[in-house]
Amino acid sequence: MDNMIQVRDVTKNFGSQRVLRGVSLDIERGEAVVIIGRSGGGKSILLKHLIGLLQPDSGIVRVDGEDLAQMDERSLLRVRRKYGMLFQMAALFDSLTVDENVGFVLRRQGLESESEIRRRIGEALEMVELPGIGHKMPSELSGGMRKRVGLARAIVYRPEIVLYDEPTTGLDPIAADNIDRLIRRVWETLHVTSIAVTHDMKSARTISNRILMLHEGRIYSEGPTRDILESTDPVIHRFVNGISTPQKSE
Amino acid sequence: MVQLGEVFLLLAETARSFRHQTPSWKDFLHQLQFIGVKSQSVVITTGAATGMVLCAQTFLQFHKVKMDTATGAVVSIGMSSELGPVLAALMLTARVGAAMTAELGTMKVTEQIDALRALAAHPVDTLVVPRFLALLASAPLLTAESVVVGILSSWLVGVHLLGIDSAYYLVNMTRYTDPQDVLTGLIKSFVFAAIIAVVGCHKGLTCRGGAEGVGRATTEAVVAASISILIINFFLTLFLARIFNA
Ligand SMILES: Nc1ncnc2c1ncn2[C@@H]1O[C@H](COP(=O)(O)OP(=O)(O)O)[C@@H](O)[C@H]1O
Ligand SMILES: [Mg+2]
Repeated sequence: MDNMIQVRDVTKNFGSQRVLRGVSLDIERGEAVVIIGRSGGGKSILLKHLIGLLQPDSGIVRVDGEDLAQMDERSLLRVRRKYGMLFQMAALFDSLTVDENVGFVLRRQGLESESEIRRRIGEALEMVELPGIGHKMPSELSGGMRKRVGLARAIVYRPEIVLYDEPTTGLDPIAADNIDRLIRRVWETLHVTSIAVTHDMKSARTISNRILMLHEGRIYSEGPTRDILESTDPVIHRFVNGISTPQKSE
Repeated sequence: MVQLGEVFLLLAETARSFRHQTPSWKDFLHQLQFIGVKSQSVVITTGAATGMVLCAQTFLQFHKVKMDTATGAVVSIGMSSELGPVLAALMLTARVGAAMTAELGTMKVTEQIDALRALAAHPVDTLVVPRFLALLASAPLLTAESVVVGILSSWLVGVHLLGIDSAYYLVNMTRYTDPQDVLTGLIKSFVFAAIIAVVGCHKGLTCRGGAEGVGRATTEAVVAASISILIINFFLTLFLARIFNA
């Protein structure tokens, strides 16, 4: 067992709102996991704790043995090199071209020649099936294309862990399926640890081996993807099959 | 009070940034273009209008006591040490400070700031430092430009419109304007530039809550920076006068 990420009793409040109420989870190197949960349930907040974009009020977030909760922003920058992250709305830098977005990290590091950087940008755009759009601005792209560029930007520097925040939300079913296939392919070919949060069950089925369910600020349940999808537990069953709790007044 | 502390923390982080990362020339020049080069028309107009009205008003009062030729001195001292730096700073707050908050605020609410951090780049290194440096480099030059244009236009108004003797105007102006007055103005413009950049960036980086939040943050940045400039100007005037006369 090779534990890459260990989370222990993480709590996070915003004012009086208790978003995370003691989350504990383990993720092994090379796994493909999905964290499911209701909208507004704290999935994005949890994902941001895994990469140190947010610091817990209490608890431990250990990555390769280092506790992120104890680090300052400058030390965290070093740890974050292990990560690629695809944001919910892609979060492309809208003042930069696609090419400059994807090459952002490589150019900042300045370790490679410009021609090598160009080659790697081309390769990453190829991988997300968007060759030859490097000169475009993010505002010229559709939502699905933006997410694919965001994915190219997240994988071009070969991270060990890739985080996805609702990768299919806001896309049409075809574009969503396309993203799911790409996520699967990135996991298979780049041998990354893949962690996604979503409420899209079709997506979860495609891109995960294991599912964790975040419910009321805690990990309510976890297990192999198939077990969770077929679970008879009422909370999981209702979520997976999209059944709202019956209202007494109806 | 909490905000004031945060602003100082941001200033400290900006200073610390130089040890970790050499600022990017490309970003700096890009900001210099926007902040320095493109602010000229605003600052020149402000300087000219202020110089002209200050000249006319001073002349109208001084004329009563037959001190017409001292008008140039009043305009020159007033422009160099007070009105030039303060008005240029207020115009820069409106034009540049507001734009900084709006741009960084939009990046914040669209998760571009988080994306930057996830890509192992410190927002202070990549966003704040180039803006801070460009403003620090531009503000004294823009202030000087504004002052010079103000004095020139006051000369035009004084000599050609109000009929003051040109030679006396210039002699009195140079006799009573000390290098200290000019230096006071330049020192002030540096301090004001730092205030505009740090307040503008801080409000942007801490912005929350969508388009409405960006609007609110921008308003707050302009108000906070303007008020700070006016208050700090008063203390700087006292402080610098003390130092120069010691
Ligand atoms: N910066 C913040 N300040 C205050 N509340 C926040 C902040 N970010 C998120 N929240 C709140 O935390 C809750 C969980 O948010 P989030 O993790 O984005 O949910 P989701 O599961 O849909 O991704 C939401 O109710 C949201 O209003
Ligand atoms: Mg979310």
